[in-house]
Amino acid sequence: MPYLGGEETVRELRRALSNPNVQSDPLRYRNTILKVIRTMSQGVDVSGLFSEMVKACATVDVVQKKLVYVFLCSYATLNPELSLLVINTLRKDCQDPNPMVRSLALRNMTNLRLPSLVEYVEQPLTAGLRDRAACVRRVAVLGWAKLHNLHPSSEIDAAVVNELYSLLRDPDPVVMVNCLRALEEILKEEGGIAINKPITHHLLNRLKECDIWGQSEVLRVLQRYRPQSEDELFDILSLLDSFLVSPHPPVMAATLSLFLSISSNLPVISLAALERVSGPLLAACGSGSREMRFAAVCHIQLLLRSVPGLLGPHYKRFFCGYAEPAYIKERKMQVLVELVNDENVAMILDELKGYCTDVNTDTAQAAISAIGRIGRSYSDRCLQILTGLLGLKQDHITSAVVQTMRDLVWVCPQCSDTVCLALDGCEETLQDIQGRQALLWLLGVYGERISTAPYTLEVLIDRVRSEASLGIKMELLTATMRLFLCRPAETQDMLGRLLHYCIEEETDMCVRDQALLYYRLLHCGIEKTREVLQGRRSDPSLGVLIGRPAKPVSQWARCFNTLEPLSQGAVEAESDSRGSPEHVTYNSKPNADLSDTLSCSHIEEVHSGSDSAMRCSDSSTNVLASSIAAPLSLSLSPAVSPEDFEHLWLQRQALHTERGAEKIEEGIKVILNQQPKDDDALRQFLTILITVLNTLSSEKD
Amino acid sequence: MISQVFILSSKGDHLIYKDFRGGAGNDIVSIFYEKVTALTGDQPPVVMNHKDIYFVHIRQGGLYWVATTTAGSSPFTITEFLNRLAALVKDYCGSLSEKSVQMNFALIYELLDEIVDYGYIQTTSSDVLKNFIQTEAVTSRPFSLFDLSNVGLFGAETQQSKVAPSSAATRPIQSSREQGGKSEIFVDVIERMTVVIGSNGLLMKADVEGEIRVKCYMPSCSEMRIGLNEEFSIGKSQLRGYGAAVRVDECSFHQAVRLDEFDSHRILRLCPSQGEQTVMQYQLSDDLPSALPFRLFPTIERDNGGRLLMYMKLRCDLPPKSLSQELSSPDQSAELKPQSRAVVWKIARFAGGTQLSALFKLEVPSLSSASMLEVGPVGLSFELPKITATGLQIRFLRLSPIQPGPSQRWVRYVTHSDSYTIRI
Repeated sequence: MPYLGGEETVRELRRALSNPNVQSDPLRYRNTILKVIRTMSQGVDVSGLFSEMVKACATVDVVQKKLVYVFLCSYATLNPELSLLVINTLRKDCQDPNPMVRSLALRNMTNLRLPSLVEYVEQPLTAGLRDRAACVRRVAVLGWAKLHNLHPSSEIDAAVVNELYSLLRDPDPVVMVNCLRALEEILKEEGGIAINKPITHHLLNRLKECDIWGQSEVLRVLQRYRPQSEDELFDILSLLDSFLVSPHPPVMAATLSLFLSISSNLPVISLAALERVSGPLLAACGSGSREMRFAAVCHIQLLLRSVPGLLGPHYKRFFCGYAEPAYIKERKMQVLVELVNDENVAMILDELKGYCTDVNTDTAQAAISAIGRIGRSYSDRCLQILTGLLGLKQDHITSAVVQTMRDLVWVCPQCSDTVCLALDGCEETLQDIQGRQALLWLLGVYGERISTAPYTLEVLIDRVRSEASLGIKMELLTATMRLFLCRPAETQDMLGRLLHYCIEEETDMCVRDQALLYYRLLHCGIEKTREVLQGRRSDPSLGVLIGRPAKPVSQWARCFNTLEPLSQGAVEAESDSRGSPEHVTYNSKPNADLSDTLSCSHIEEVHSGSDSAMRCSDSSTNVLASSIAAPLSLSLSPAVSPEDFEHLWLQRQALHTERGAEKIEEGIKVILNQQPKDDDALRQFLTILITVLNTLSSEKD
Repeated sequence: MISQVFILSSKGDHLIYKDFRGGAGNDIVSIFYEKVTALTGDQPPVVMNHKDIYFVHIRQGGLYWVATTTAGSSPFTITEFLNRLAALVKDYCGSLSEKSVQMNFALIYELLDEIVDYGYIQTTSSDVLKNFIQTEAVTSRPFSLFDLSNVGLFGAETQQSKVAPSSAATRPIQSSREQGGKSEIFVDVIERMTVVIGSNGLLMKADVEGEIRVKCYMPSCSEMRIGLNEEFSIGKSQLRGYGAAVRVDECSFHQAVRLDEFDSHRILRLCPSQGEQTVMQYQLSDDLPSALPFRLFPTIERDNGGRLLMYMKLRCDLPPKSLSQELSSPDQSAELKPQSRAVVWKIARFAGGTQLSALFKLEVPSLSSASMLEVGPVGLSFELPKITATGLQIRFLRLSPIQPGPSQRWVRYVTHSDSYTIRI
């Protein structure tokens, strides 16, 4: 918040600081300095007062000293020459009989961050390492790390490193931990401090003396240690057992990390540790601080990947509180879905049902999709709830329900009868694009069972001119084509109108191309069309919820106790195995989380053998189509304009006609650029891509 | 490792900014504020990143407490640190608000300087810190007649002086040293209830999270003994006798608590350090010893004019006070909040054993029978003084050696609603 009168203030302050009357009155002097610091923290640039403040530094008043140091450390880098003046005062303070003054001077000397001062600082730092007072040693140890980072290239004296190693045996636990920290920084290039057996055992034995911050630091450093024998490993583990159930989440998490890393090849032990840690983690889930709750719930999700049934009996702890923020509610629901079993399914569904009418639409939609995921295992109960929700006639609820039903049908085809019955009449409430797309897909694929399907489509086709969304138009085309295949008499006329509009009047190239494609496809005969358009309706392999194989601990152990599980999308990708192949539309939200994790530019080369160039182009159209409609972009080499695409397509056609006669070995090369790396998302993406391509070529042989 | 720490007001004013590692741009604070204000409702704001700088923040006292760090840091450590920092600031400044932080910025810089060095947390124990902190806290306590009323006539103890004023515990810990004034100790038993009652009136879930908090203003106190109920038991199997056992599922103690007398006499021994600390935490699920404090009997219907009628009868099942009889109906107000689509019914105080009812008539456009399903749930938030849901009591509180001069010991009980939901 820069003040308007910034310069005015600085001038006034300077006048006050250099006023001899003020200088002679300690209280007034201190108050003036306070004003300077206050102005500084408000964001005003007061660096002009540097020389006045340097003078104020020479005082016996410790409070004033501290204040001046705050100022000097912030602006020293701007005034390297003037800062030299401070050094003398600081060096004098380092000799002060009061240890507090010594540590203060030493700390601020190193905080000035001036490479030119290094030569003056080294001597007091060396003396500081041997100081009688622990508080001075603490500062001196870290001072060496600061010094090293000022000159990362210069070697720190081996004698100092040795001294730091020996200070690991310092009676003061904070000095010990600071030594660890300093050595980690100084020896970064060599991979940090050498963790050998004596050091490890020394650190472990002194762990109890440290406070929780020291404990978590030591435990973190020890992760690098590899015990030499099984006996030693078990000794360490039993020593650490009490820390695993520590009431302090930082210690508990650091201990578990250590457990997982040193027993990485003993899965039984890792699993036992996970079980043991579930108590304290659950307690952290009920912590008063909501940020802590969030961190705990996110880490519980990691645990559940390996031990799915771990917290089954405690499912009630994940019921959402009335006033909890939406982001915690969402994660808790994801956990609830994982915990479903035969005993608790009724309770969990009842609870989730309560959230579906939440005022916050995101919470409501998350609850609905959670019910859908449970529906993979308990379809009857869930469909009953979902159908009931349609009765509310709220547009955001209906949209979420239809999308959920689409996803459910894709995984559990046996649900389709109920879904078909339920869909009647919900097109009136649907407003948003994702919801209508889902409805269209269902109408196309299950058109023969939904009696009103042609009428619903007809209304939409009549309004296609005013339709703004590209995705809806493409989906409408496909749905109408599919419906035509099973109910030709009712659909023929409207299909004609739609194709006519799309080919003749539509300005968007993608829609037009798709319409042209379908038009030509129809020319190839009804059988060909059927082959192309009626692919698979479901993919049960995406799996039921219960009885999923547990993932090995090693898959996530590395990111346990880091910020990664808390970041957005990390779990999103995991939980989102929804999305039917034709809908590479993974995600229902416009500000897709996935696009952060998985932004891939995809260069595809299809060497497809012979017979239908049409099919090949179909696949590319599909791919291109989804690239525009969906947040997850699956694009042919970044940003293909329609013209380019046509060009490319023609080339490929030419290629095919050339090679037409001979049967070439089939092969698809997909190049994905992904940043940041996320194996899970990548794997899912590939599964879906393969399903798409298989669907398209299934009728081939 | 923490690179910077800063405190922002809810409007984005910079209150405190401290750069521990150097090398951060000047605009880092504004980047954070832009990010945090640009978040939509459902996004988890706890961790955000800008390139490879990660922001972890908590909100307390209406302020943003932010630490910047690297991706590999432990979220538990950083969050706990920020919570602890806020607690320390509260201890030292008396209360946590934009104003108190603004007035005490010098003190907070001093604290930060001692707590963190080069991004590494050094200590957060108030026992250690009190030797280093020199700045005195500035408080803004408006003059209040209430302070005067505490002084009895001719120094006699009045009835009122036996009850600590609610503001008593919101003062800076340091002042006790200089003023030589009141040396006090507060032991608070605080419980938070999470309850879900189904639409059929059955209890679906009841959790209690509790803690014993000690707030110490004693300049020196060597040992304190806190006696809990003797029939206090931990875990499900340990049932002692038939009486009203006070039971909790799980229980954990502060590092400094010595438990040698706990097994036999349920006594906690500790040397409290100045300021606030949580001595014991416990939790109990599903099996409450006493009846729930509130029951709600809702009736929801539609009248002929398409209005929604909500008839709520709320009963307080706490034991009635022996003497105080409230004859008139207490202060109440009700308000419709269109934004959150809720009716807020406020009841200033509610005596045990009584019941209140209210009838809300709502004009809802296009009310259908289906939209009746959308009504609910009812969320109650309340504070019950002098009551613990688990029945945990403090039998005695002894300080040794006996304090010289006047010292006061306060034991307070309170139960809050964390989330008390009644489905309709």
